[in-house]
Amino acid sequence: MSLLDYFRTSKTSSASLAKERLQILVAHERTSRNQPSYLPQLQKELLEVIRKYVSIDQDAISVNFEQDDNQETLELNIVLPDTNKK
Amino acid sequence: MARIIVVTSGKGGVGKTTTSAAIAMGLAKRGHKTAVIDFDVGLRNLDLIMGCERRVVYDFVNVINGEATLNQALIRDKNCNQLYILPASQTRDKDALSQEGVGRILDELKKDFKYIVCDSPAGIERGAFLAMYYADDAFIVTNPEVSSVRDSDRMLGILSSKSRRAEENEEPIKEYLLLTRYSPDRVKLGEMLSVDDVQEILSLHLLGVIPESKSVLNASNSGTPVILDEKSDAGQAYADVIARYLGEDRPHRFIDEKKGLFGKLFGGK
Repeated sequence: MSLLDYFRTSKTSSASLAKERLQILVAHERTSRNQPSYLPQLQKELLEVIRKYVSIDQDAISVNFEQDDNQETLELNIVLPDTNKK
Repeated sequence: MARIIVVTSGKGGVGKTTTSAAIAMGLAKRGHKTAVIDFDVGLRNLDLIMGCERRVVYDFVNVINGEATLNQALIRDKNCNQLYILPASQTRDKDALSQEGVGRILDELKKDFKYIVCDSPAGIERGAFLAMYYADDAFIVTNPEVSSVRDSDRMLGILSSKSRRAEENEEPIKEYLLLTRYSPDRVKLGEMLSVDDVQEILSLHLLGVIPESKSVLNASNSGTPVILDEKSDAGQAYADVIARYLGEDRPHRFIDEKKGLFGKLFGGK
């Protein structure tokens, strides 16, 4: 390593920043790409059904789809409002 | 058996048409009868890069609509008699290309040609979709820059889900990475994503790295594919791409920076 290289590498390069940002973004976009297209509709209808009984917010329900080699998992997470509060 | 190659990227301005012209010429120069088709309806430019803009009489849409035969529309290249160009139409009607029509023309071309190179327009709309739909191989042209890498990844998703091969459950399209406008000097300075960085993100088979080069603009100025400029770095890089695509083993020559006098004296290793 020459003297010049020493000065060049002293600060975080913009290229490594670009790589980091891309890795996060691409990973995120790839998971949403593999999800079945009915998910948003499913989420909307579930919300309507639950709202008949409990009043919940739009973001109190999350629908996650995961896929590995031999199985597909549909994960539903519904956060009910805190009823103890009076 | 004929092979259909799509040159695509998602993002515009990364070098799709330059690459289409270069690889079509490279394959033809190797003795393979090759046709190159411009899918950019409304914004045709391949004819200009190939230097045959004044010889366009009929275009792709004319052939699909039966207003001209394929033989009438195909332009034989002035530098290589194994190469033919099918120009895009300048119509503003976006729906001028039909899926059935494109399939029909490609089938007809397959009888007579070894390679059919489809120059995709930018974006992910109709022209880009039809350019990749029937492909066997895809050359993903990417610049070492965030928006281009992201769009390339998006394009890969489309290739693996929306193509004919995907729909008919055939063996998937073979995807190759072509990194263009690469500046080894800037990579060294940490100002540009390196080949390895891009490879790590896209994980594609690397077909070649084309260095940022003055010869590319010179070539398009004169309407001769840059691969014919055998003395230029970009021309040689494209020649290597063809060799690798045809199964030859070639080392990557343009990944490391060129050392000037200053670099030779002080660069070290």
